[in-house]
Amino acid sequence: MVNLIIQFSKYAIILLMAIYTMQSYIVFSKKDEEDKEFLFLRQNLMMFMIHFIAFVNMYLKMEQPKLLFYYGAQFIYLAATLVFFRNLYPRASKLIVNHMCMLITIGFIMITRLSYDQSIKQFKIAAVSTVIALIIPVIIRKVKVITRWTWLYAAVGIGALGAVAVAAQTTYGAKLGFSFGGFSVQPSEFVKIIFVFCMAGMLGNAKNFKDIVVTTAVAAVHVLILVYSTDLGGALIFFVTYMIMLYVSTRKVSYLLAGLAAGALAAVAAYFLFSHVRQRVDIWMDPFRDYENSGYQIAQSMFAIAAGGWFGTGLFQGSPGSIPIVEQDFMFAAISEELGAIFAICFILVCMSCYIMFVNIAMRLSNRFYRLVALGLGTMYAVQVFLTIGGAMKFIPMTGVTIPLVSYGGSSMLSTMIMFAVIQGLYILREDEEDQIERFRERKLAMERQRYYGAPRG
Amino acid sequence: MGHQGVDIPDFVSHRNENEERFRESPYSEFGYEEPVPPKKTISKKQRNKTYGRVAYLFSALFLSMIGYMIYFQTVKTEELNRNPNNSKKDAQEEYVVRGSIFSADGEILAGTNVDEDGVETRLYPLGNLFAHVVGYTSKGKSGLEAIYNNDLMTSNQSITDKVASGTQNKKEQGNTLILTLDTRIQQAASEALGAYKGAVVVMEPSTGKILAMVSKPDFDPNNLDERWEFLTAEDSQSPLLNRALQGLYPPGSTFKILTALEYLREHPTDYQNYWYECQGAFSQDEVQIKCYDYEVHGYEDLQTSFQNSCNTSFANIGLQLDCDQFAKTCEEFLFNSKLPTVMPYSSSQFVLNGKSSYGEIMTTAIGQGDTLVSPFHMALITSAVANDGVLMYPYLVDRVENVDGVLVKETKAIPYKELMTETEASILTDFMVSVVQYGTATRLSGLGYTVAGKTGSAEYEVNGNTGNEENFSTHSWFVGFSNVEDPDIVVSVIAEDGGTGNSAAVPIAKAVFDAYYAMQYN
Repeated sequence: MVNLIIQFSKYAIILLMAIYTMQSYIVFSKKDEEDKEFLFLRQNLMMFMIHFIAFVNMYLKMEQPKLLFYYGAQFIYLAATLVFFRNLYPRASKLIVNHMCMLITIGFIMITRLSYDQSIKQFKIAAVSTVIALIIPVIIRKVKVITRWTWLYAAVGIGALGAVAVAAQTTYGAKLGFSFGGFSVQPSEFVKIIFVFCMAGMLGNAKNFKDIVVTTAVAAVHVLILVYSTDLGGALIFFVTYMIMLYVSTRKVSYLLAGLAAGALAAVAAYFLFSHVRQRVDIWMDPFRDYENSGYQIAQSMFAIAAGGWFGTGLFQGSPGSIPIVEQDFMFAAISEELGAIFAICFILVCMSCYIMFVNIAMRLSNRFYRLVALGLGTMYAVQVFLTIGGAMKFIPMTGVTIPLVSYGGSSMLSTMIMFAVIQGLYILREDEEDQIERFRERKLAMERQRYYGAPRG
Repeated sequence: MGHQGVDIPDFVSHRNENEERFRESPYSEFGYEEPVPPKKTISKKQRNKTYGRVAYLFSALFLSMIGYMIYFQTVKTEELNRNPNNSKKDAQEEYVVRGSIFSADGEILAGTNVDEDGVETRLYPLGNLFAHVVGYTSKGKSGLEAIYNNDLMTSNQSITDKVASGTQNKKEQGNTLILTLDTRIQQAASEALGAYKGAVVVMEPSTGKILAMVSKPDFDPNNLDERWEFLTAEDSQSPLLNRALQGLYPPGSTFKILTALEYLREHPTDYQNYWYECQGAFSQDEVQIKCYDYEVHGYEDLQTSFQNSCNTSFANIGLQLDCDQFAKTCEEFLFNSKLPTVMPYSSSQFVLNGKSSYGEIMTTAIGQGDTLVSPFHMALITSAVANDGVLMYPYLVDRVENVDGVLVKETKAIPYKELMTETEASILTDFMVSVVQYGTATRLSGLGYTVAGKTGSAEYEVNGNTGNEENFSTHSWFVGFSNVEDPDIVVSVIAEDGGTGNSAAVPIAKAVFDAYYAMQYN
């Protein structure tokens, strides 16, 4: 009977997710504010229904009363996040708020299913992150000086990455972070944001070719430190983000092409110089050649995606636990296995919708620095999603990065929330500007009216 | 007023041009900072074009991932589900009773018995007979049980049946495999191979259907757990190994099919002018090649060399061949490469090249040297000869049905590769007919059916490379097909330490042919 309910549930979840995804694109064609508002509310309904169904499934399988309380806590958290963002920042992009909550919901469901203990930890971090994220737009609005700390950003970023490279513990073959008192921190997650601010400042102020060269050198130092720490995924994210920021600020395709050519050359050189790069590529070519050891993880990931098929096995009906560190690097495989390829495709589309909104916001900003920040952070997000999902499917070699907001990991969760909040903050800033323009126009109009018709008589 | 929550992307609709209009506005008068610092005059439209391009670029990346996911699910899934390392379906054991496996003639080869307490036992009613090819499920999985695990653990029962078993908390019934293997031919092959170690592969050349696959020594999959230590002991002679697919042997004289073909290819118009005078032995560079028992064959052309399986003549042919070209031909014939099968197998080996010594060339030309091949691979080569040069994709599972006999999927006969031209196939067929009529396999002539074939006696050193004559032993080979005009079946036999092809392998092949035709006329 339980099996039957779970089988039925999986189709319901796919349907709800498909509707949610469609709505995130339909909204682009809606002009009327009320229509949009209504659509966003319906999206929230889809999200809560998926959350509810998933927890019913989990309760049936785990049969633990504590799950009921946990469900309640998550529900309150999600509802509160939506309410706070909507009311504190009525001008924030509601689509991005919805996507943020949706991705967190999917993450909660999958992590709870994989490991209850980890999910509690993740839940706490999400709650703290949300509080921090709620403050960010205020900071963006008030602290204008953040546009000028360019060299400070460079120093902090390089310093933090350098410290990791020199002193950090090695986990899964890459130096990633420090741990103290049960908490492990991955500085590179936060340096991502600082790096974008740094590059935005430098490229925004670049006046000649020399400035571009200096900026490139600073970016290169970041990337090289990451390569030295064998954090290849991180290095790639920083590299691509820099290239895109360089391109939009100079609008020169030649820079982009030259950068990509240099990147390709560096990749080939890395292939021949470093054995761990070679190993990654070899696994990508044929994970079954060394199945027992290096190929095991990616092979299990592919088995999981294949086992899921289009509709998934249903929650708790698959065995995503067979993929080592599934809750971090291979969350996408776990999602594909239990919720199915259709759900996974919708998931990719939601991430894509996020990115489109980020670029959209960047385009609407008039301040060069803010514009580059929005685009840079958005690009970082997109590259990360591409690397982790592409890696799990063996579309591209595995680089070991997390899915923002979905995978288990405190640093990743907090830094992504900050990223989303910064972009929201910039969006709100822009809306402020538009408001000023609007008010200015009204006032000018009133002045002109006054000139023609005299002062308004009461 | 205000533009609250405007969510239309600007690169889709350009409509925000008002900022330029207010460039000269005295914002400071309202106590705000100037929001527009236009250092250079770039139109917003132009600027946004760049942003639009970036958005399109990344959208393309996202869509390519979706495309890959669709490709993954439609193309790669099946192969991955079939991977022997894939244990994903084990999670299904809680919900699905493993499906049954039937032979082509309707005998049950593997089935799951569920007793009153719900305890499941996997049973193999025919015991040893299909042990290697069907495989086992305790102590890991092997054979078809491993490769088709996904199908056996998937239930395509009707929705109503599924709901019914779901509400009664009963398990669903997994799908059934119907094989191409026939118990009657399998039985005949197994009995004929008798106490020999070795393998027999029987295949339908026109479709690729495998009708029998026997490997000996064998084991009983029903009591694997109790006998495991014995079966895996070092001196056990590897009874778990499927020699048909995974056993690698020197091909002996059966390899002369390929040597002769290479000669045909290098002498397409004048191969009939080949002649050689066999004196029983032949030496070059201190390597002596001798015919079996130093038999002197006298004057021979290509066909009589083949028919007599004359080693000295073939060593002579070998020396005339372009070794790089020969290696290329063998690679086309799937040496040093993948074989078309989903089952685990060992790749065959061919090592000749332009730098090889005379000794290497001569021994390779007669099927000794470093060449190694599996009985399955020899069956594929013979099957291409029988089927006008075209190798059909070999298969073991005819169809998958749900538990009620409703078809889920069916294997279709598809050509895998054209290994040689029709002419080449027809010349080789003639050579192989002469082997049966006048040569080393005359036991197969004058029967109710016609046969074309080639025998082989593959020498090997029992205790590794000692060079001591007394340590040599001989594997007995036969490959061939019956009903030469319109070939019915291909048989590939190896009997380890069986002596010459004629002494052990040919009678085994005959038993298989007899069983096949007895079956046709009953």
